[in-house]
Amino acid sequence: MKSSNNNRRKFMATTLQSVGLTALGGLLWSGYCDEAKASPLVLRPPGALPEEQFLDVCIKCGLCAEACVNRESNKNKDGTQREGTLKMAKGGDHKLIGTPYFIPTEVPCYMCDDIPCAVVCPSEALDIKSLLNEKKELDINKAKMGLAVVHKESCVAYWGLQCDACYRACPLLDEAITLDYQKNERTGKHAFLLPVVHSDVCTGCGLCEKACITEKPAIFVLPREYAMGRAGDHYVKGWDKKDQQRAGNRKLDEIETHDERSQQAPSDYLNREIEY
Amino acid sequence: MKNLKYLLLRRATQIGLMFLYFAANAYGWHILEGTFGSSKLFGLIPLADPYTTLQALSAGFLLGADVLVGALLIVLFYMIVGGRAFCSWVCPINMVTDLANWLRRKLKLDKEEVNYRFLKRRTRYWIMVLGLIVSAIVGIAAFEAISPITIMQRGIIFGFGAGISIVIAIFLFDLFGVKNGWCGHLCPLGAAYSIIGQKSIIRVKHNHEACTNCMECKIVCPENQVLHMINKESISVTDGECTNCGRCIDVCNDDALGFSIRNLNKDS
Repeated sequence: MKSSNNNRRKFMATTLQSVGLTALGGLLWSGYCDEAKASPLVLRPPGALPEEQFLDVCIKCGLCAEACVNRESNKNKDGTQREGTLKMAKGGDHKLIGTPYFIPTEVPCYMCDDIPCAVVCPSEALDIKSLLNEKKELDINKAKMGLAVVHKESCVAYWGLQCDACYRACPLLDEAITLDYQKNERTGKHAFLLPVVHSDVCTGCGLCEKACITEKPAIFVLPREYAMGRAGDHYVKGWDKKDQQRAGNRKLDEIETHDERSQQAPSDYLNREIEY
Repeated sequence: MKNLKYLLLRRATQIGLMFLYFAANAYGWHILEGTFGSSKLFGLIPLADPYTTLQALSAGFLLGADVLVGALLIVLFYMIVGGRAFCSWVCPINMVTDLANWLRRKLKLDKEEVNYRFLKRRTRYWIMVLGLIVSAIVGIAAFEAISPITIMQRGIIFGFGAGISIVIAIFLFDLFGVKNGWCGHLCPLGAAYSIIGQKSIIRVKHNHEACTNCMECKIVCPENQVLHMINKESISVTDGECTNCGRCIDVCNDDALGFSIRNLNKDS
């Protein structure tokens, strides 16, 4: 009787210990993984699923990077291989290890017509379906790898100097980046040629960023999630019939127009003590 | 002169496969492309790591058909040749841990073997299950985020970066920490392959009559709990934890061990 009691006690203790250590391991492991996947400013290959989903579905095999570097168009004139666009994240890159990404200032995406990286993906983390045009053909112009953003204060075209490097480098010339002509009031006789990016066309290939002449590029590609805002369905263009249909999507009970400040009369605004 | 037949065959296989993977990136060869996570054989046949696939699935997203078919092919293959043949014939980490183990024997560190209370050989099965749970919680394949196996493989193909540190860490752990610490106690991939290879056909068979009980096989075996029949019974090593590395056959001076086809009626 006593020995069976001891056995039971021992069994309970070992079970408890195993469960406890497993929980400890699980907490550490989850914590690490959660941090490891937080690499928001990373640019993925064409057709990549939304980042959260991509991080899981990508099986980290590297077939895309191998297809990218070994494509026919990636050879120098003497036949030697050039560096590929896609890199595989390794220790120290501060991205989820083993996932493909690219850095436009090093090697931008040259937008191959046959999209070898996406075609080869076995897990469909690079989703071919998102790269098909109306005729169900592969169309690299459908890619949405990121969005180019112009920093006006460092862009010399906004200073009034003549530069259209990004405009000329863009594979969707005069579509993804257009030039806005404005009069230079400072000189009175010159024009500004201002690059403007259109988010519905820009693929995020990064050729503009690579071409930019400033010390640190004044035009650069960010993941679309970070480069774009969203007006929401309760702001519609009343003069645009198509856009007005969006008003139907809004959820009235989710719209909150009352907050602490709106309970006061507008005239109180000027008399109110400033609170931060 | 010691017999090194299977050791040399294994090294040739491991290095050969790694070179084919390397050449797929460096020279554009289409023999074996990708990494263990998912590969392409002859530019056509998909292969995928079953445990990685399971992690990705348990994180909640559906994968492409190539990966699912590839994982199935790998499972079928290792169900026949012995699951942990992957560990000793393919995995590059095996070369690191074998080196650590060899050094342990040379430096006579094993004499000081400590009883590691928490670290049992079955720990790896806990880690394997935990890996699936953590994948489900965090939403990414959890072991793939830290796996020294694919980190080393990608290191060989694409360059190591700071990833080399985890390979060194495993070497040090196996050399100065626990004997067979990584492959024999912790690695969840090895645990998965142990389960896949439970009933495999190709097995090491022991001949009790020829055995002189020298115990060389048990000294060299990385999973020597599977050799419980030595000098006791003439049966096959049926434990799924056997890696089919063949080192026991190499070191046996009495011809008491050899690869054979498992006798399905008798040994199961």
